[in-house]
Amino acid sequence: MLNYISYRVLQLIPLLFAISIIVFVIIQLPPGDFLSQYIAQLKNSGTAVSESTIASLQMQYGLDKSMYMQYFIWIKNIIIHGDFGRSFQYNQPVADVIGPRLSLTLIISLISLIFVWAVAIPIGIYSATHQYSIMDYVFTFIGFIGLAMPGFLIALVLIYFIFAQTGVAITGLFSPEFVDAPWSMAKVMNMLPRIILPVIVIGMSGTASLIRVTRGMLLDELSKQYVITARAKGVAENRLLFKYPVRMAINPLISTIGWTLPALISGEAIVAIVLNLQTTGPMLLKALMFQDMYLCGSFLLILSVLTVLGTLLSDILLAWVDPRIRFGGATE
Amino acid sequence: MSLITTISNALRGGKPNRLRKSQDNSYEVASQWRLMWWKFKKHKVALASAIILLFFYIVAAFCEFLSPNLPEARFTEYKNSPPQKIHFIDPQTGFQFRPFVYGMSAKVDEKTFRRTFAPDPEKKYEIQFFVKGESYKMWGLIPMNVHLFGLKNPKDPLILMGTDKLGHDLFSRIIYGGRISLSFGLVGIVLTLVLGLVLGGISGYLGGVADTIIQRIIDLLICIPTIPLWMALTAALPKGWSAEQTYFGLIIIFSIIGWTGLARVVRGKILTLREEDFTMAARLAGASGFRIIRKHLLPSFASYIIVNVTLSIPGTILGETALSFIGVGLQAPVVSWGVLLQDAQNLETLAYYPWLLWPTAFIILTVLMFNFLGDGLRDAADPYK
Repeated sequence: MLNYISYRVLQLIPLLFAISIIVFVIIQLPPGDFLSQYIAQLKNSGTAVSESTIASLQMQYGLDKSMYMQYFIWIKNIIIHGDFGRSFQYNQPVADVIGPRLSLTLIISLISLIFVWAVAIPIGIYSATHQYSIMDYVFTFIGFIGLAMPGFLIALVLIYFIFAQTGVAITGLFSPEFVDAPWSMAKVMNMLPRIILPVIVIGMSGTASLIRVTRGMLLDELSKQYVITARAKGVAENRLLFKYPVRMAINPLISTIGWTLPALISGEAIVAIVLNLQTTGPMLLKALMFQDMYLCGSFLLILSVLTVLGTLLSDILLAWVDPRIRFGGATE
Repeated sequence: MSLITTISNALRGGKPNRLRKSQDNSYEVASQWRLMWWKFKKHKVALASAIILLFFYIVAAFCEFLSPNLPEARFTEYKNSPPQKIHFIDPQTGFQFRPFVYGMSAKVDEKTFRRTFAPDPEKKYEIQFFVKGESYKMWGLIPMNVHLFGLKNPKDPLILMGTDKLGHDLFSRIIYGGRISLSFGLVGIVLTLVLGLVLGGISGYLGGVADTIIQRIIDLLICIPTIPLWMALTAALPKGWSAEQTYFGLIIIFSIIGWTGLARVVRGKILTLREEDFTMAARLAGASGFRIIRKHLLPSFASYIIVNVTLSIPGTILGETALSFIGVGLQAPVVSWGVLLQDAQNLETLAYYPWLLWPTAFIILTVLMFNFLGDGLRDAADPYK
């Protein structure tokens, strides 16, 4: 087990390195660097910018150095000092700006993941054990819609219908008085009812695909010999179902966390813009509009690293659940 | 050929036994693609979806002729006007075959200063077919001025799906937007297909170092959340680019990120087919690697590629829609479904002008149809099962 984990962790290093290079390239992509934008902004606001200020700023960010030296300075600052650069839009260190946003994104994504599992697994099991029943068709149909329709369109249509029917505007995560308030029990209670809609919308496509996977896997398992044998020997139907086939069918669910999580985070970005949630999506968009590249680069970097870690966790979980992977070595 | 079979089958309708027998015989000699077509035909939903999609694409292809107004034409008296209803019954003259619409009169609410529109029976406009209207250039080439339907005087309003805040006719704009959005799905998939085939093919056929490198690149691309990555890359497209340049820039971005799924399918298929006896036989007979791929491997998994491509077209269309919707994709003078939805971004406009949601209906329909079609194709992809 330890061997397996350390092998997987070692594998991550080149991956993380490659991600950081991609993000660095994206930061460098827009014409003009961040400094010239910053200087232009200062000039616009009427502040005189002296040659020495420019030179010292250039020194600070290593902009006078070659490209790869800039990369090393950037990555060194992140790893050693936790300094992601400066957001000139907020005039604050990036880390301070994105902290609260990122935690909300994570909370919503994790709740969505739990929602996806809590809904999809029972429905998948039901659909497989009651194949071709009316409810099976209903779930398949709903699943199909959920899979085909993107979250932001569902969100758009939902907020309109809810507003048209009830007159309640369900956007934002908090009531106005709580938006800037520090975290407290009251704030959490305020958030809970408002988080339901985003979670459902974001989790929709994940739920739909997971229902399909569970149903398919379970149907495969149910037609195997050992199930027939157990049934012939008189094992109670429920005990039989949950003891073996369900456990087998759940395996791919764990191994697909690696894909489910980035899909959730990715889908959340646009849904959050429609629903006006205080998460990473709207801020990333705004940062892109203002070409606040350190800010959006950091978002991208952190979201990707979190995804990689999520995949790692799911692999370890899978190895823990399934001895074939644990003992079969690190290869598939 | 198929028409003749259909007719002859219909003529033999009374004798089901003989019918089945004749089909069984042809079943044994039918080609792979013919078998697939038979299997696909049984999937009624997929067949219907294919027809609807074909209709959509034809409408998009002839959008200049089919739309009553030009997309940039503005009815300045009719800003944010609700859709007109098509009438057949005139209270004065009774029923008539020629459909007509009523003009609208605006009223300003004294408290909120919002304009509301009500149909004005005084202004009756009859809809004409093959009417001479505003001139346009068909496909940007042929100067024409005939529209399939419209009003006698093109300055009169015909707004079947309402107008936006500038007084543009939403119906015409949706038809024009369909050209951009629907073509984006098809054009966008071409580069993805090329990248997926080449890289997946290399990965599966050569194996070894090339395989490892390509697989790691795929792992890498899967790790980065797609939509944020799309957003970051499209925002980096130069602001000064023309509409066409942005269009193709977006396509390149989607393809660079989106080829991984197809490459996986191709690699998986090639890996299994490479071990098949017929590949070995071809190799022993001295066929070159290229010939084996072209003659033996490609036909074996072409159907799977078609399925995969069909299922990834809606993703591309949605990607364009999503990016244009949030304002980083295609920009305003260009008309696409996503650009049209930009107006429907906040709840306030939605609450007062719900007809701005119309593009959603078309997007959802298109995406669903592609999914049904892909599903039907998937079932038909392996006719020997």
